[in-house]
Amino acid sequence: MSFTGPTKYREEAAKILRETPEVRTSVTAATRTFDAHRIRAWEQIDAESWRDWARDVKTHALGNLDAYLEQAEEQLTANGAHVHWAETADDALAILSEVVRDHGIESTVKAKSMLSEELGVNKHLEGLGVHVRETDLGEYIIQLLDQPPSHIVGPAIHLSVDDCRRLFHEKLGTPLDAEPDELAGAARDALRAEFLAADLGISGGNFLAADSGTVALIENEGNIRLSTSLPRVHVAFVGIEKLVPRLEDVSGFLQLTARSATGQPIGNFVSLIQGPRKSDEVDGPEEVHVVLVDNGRTKLLADDVAWEALRCVRCGACLNICPVYRQTGGHAYGWTYSGPIGAIIAPGMLGLEEAMPLPFASSLCGACTDVCPVRIPIPELLVHWREQAARQGLTPATETLGLKAYTKLAQSPELFAVANSMLRHVPLELAGRALPVLNGWIQERAAPTSSKKSFLEMWKEGIE
Amino acid sequence: MRVSLFATCLGNQFYAEACADAVRLLRHVGVDVDVPEGQTCCGQPAHNAGRPDEARSMATHIMHVFADAEYVVLPSGSCAGMIRSFYRELIDSDPGQAESLAGRTYELSQFLRRVLNVDSLGTGLRGRRVAYHHGCHALRELGVKDEPISLLAGCGAEVVEWEAAEECCGFGGLFSAKLPEVSAAMADRKLDTLPDIDFMTSSDGGCLLQLSGRAAKRRTGPPFVHLASALWRGVTE
Repeated sequence: MSFTGPTKYREEAAKILRETPEVRTSVTAATRTFDAHRIRAWEQIDAESWRDWARDVKTHALGNLDAYLEQAEEQLTANGAHVHWAETADDALAILSEVVRDHGIESTVKAKSMLSEELGVNKHLEGLGVHVRETDLGEYIIQLLDQPPSHIVGPAIHLSVDDCRRLFHEKLGTPLDAEPDELAGAARDALRAEFLAADLGISGGNFLAADSGTVALIENEGNIRLSTSLPRVHVAFVGIEKLVPRLEDVSGFLQLTARSATGQPIGNFVSLIQGPRKSDEVDGPEEVHVVLVDNGRTKLLADDVAWEALRCVRCGACLNICPVYRQTGGHAYGWTYSGPIGAIIAPGMLGLEEAMPLPFASSLCGACTDVCPVRIPIPELLVHWREQAARQGLTPATETLGLKAYTKLAQSPELFAVANSMLRHVPLELAGRALPVLNGWIQERAAPTSSKKSFLEMWKEGIE
Repeated sequence: MRVSLFATCLGNQFYAEACADAVRLLRHVGVDVDVPEGQTCCGQPAHNAGRPDEARSMATHIMHVFADAEYVVLPSGSCAGMIRSFYRELIDSDPGQAESLAGRTYELSQFLRRVLNVDSLGTGLRGRRVAYHHGCHALRELGVKDEPISLLAGCGAEVVEWEAAEECCGFGGLFSAKLPEVSAAMADRKLDTLPDIDFMTSSDGGCLLQLSGRAAKRRTGPPFVHLASALWRGVTE
């Protein structure tokens, strides 16, 4: 199973709710736990000042991206790493092909990386005849199921423990009543052999410090450390928005990201990668390739309003609190990044038409922006994309006409009163069949009942 | 003190009695109430749909209707939030007047608590178990959280713990009609987690339409009462 794009959001969401209602239960429970941990972790720090700081550093870095990218390239090159620039996903995959060919790569282990999902790395490697194994437990599970991730941090968040029991029983021979520890142990054993056999490790990068050319990676399982240090070649795909000026900044971001994502003070493992193994070192890869990926990011950066979404550190906090995301998990969104952040970067990165209707997949409740560690004004950006969609004629004509007519009415109090009175006398259940807006309402709810008299009529008659 | 009540489009059409209760409440606490003619809709439906031109037309109309108001009070956190948070930027032809209006605009419970400092209205809700749904815009745009709770408690109600109290009901204006399945699932989450109560209340007609409409479709659910009516019961019962 792979993503086919966001345009089927409504159908996919409805299908998940109808056919696999247990997904809603799993996702709601897991995201509520994540969020409870975030709340506790934020209470332990001066979260408001940390968020101001994080917003400012990221804003500064994005405003000076060209200079910091060049500095990062210089530093990485001086450290002995190979730096590549990839404008598109195809460019990034071509660079990967080259590495595979140059080194005769047969087997790959992958650290969890959303960018690699965005680029379609696994499918590409399989096409080259290269064995590829996801090593993050959640990613491993969904790879066995041939599913894409449904959450930025917890890719298997839509599955229950029982789903995993059945899967591991079938694939790894664990008992059907195995405890989670036993399941993790079985995955660990299976993965250990893969780590030892792999000649290429692939990772993303949470942050890239320009001053020292440091790719920073945060994780809990140790699989990223193994993937980036055990195989003889390491390829790190890093989105260009991951730049921060200094290694010192990374220390703050690692903590704020962990606190926002899982409520931990910091990840169990932090890897700071500056280049390949040096002559006096005993471990690490012989070659490190850092691929700086654009793939739509400069297009998003050029948007006067939506560029703020590029501050995102991919903590998943906005998904965790989002009441829309919680109903379905990420698969309904039809591409790699789901939830509120997915809805505001999709139009910039995929194109607005391809991203429809994601900017509308929000009640604008605003919970997301309250938990964003880099203060992305998510509802504002959603409205911004809605405005672009309306301008480009990507919304239904009935909606445009309806809103224009309503606007006229709202400026003519007499007509507004007439319309109010008509609405009182129209059987809405029947009218709903003709009007899409009402129809959508009535499909899931009883038709609203008008008051016997409008308030303005009551007022004229006098209120006791 | 004189208050101009803005009933809002949904209030005027679907919660007329609650708007009348808002008038009664305000008079009860010693305020003169007027209801300016010509009031219609704050423009939020267009604003949220990404139609700033239409939203601006409606907002400008409302700004003129309430130009002379000492205070504007709404039985809706969402519409009050629209005026307070978005009018200034939207009405670029007269940001000064828009800002002045924003500064004089309050949601009902916010006005009772913060401006009038009302704490006890009566004892009519004594022994009643009540769930309070925090409308998102009251909560997040206006920062109204304790005000309705303390007013209900002040009338003797027991406002129960409810794990989903601050979660969105799934209304979201056009969202509820464009993506009805997800919207309904959001309402279900609210309804399914409700403790045993006598009634549910909220400051927003939109949320109440969504939750009561969904409950009616499912043929199960508590009574739904607008906050203005709940508080008026506190005074009179």
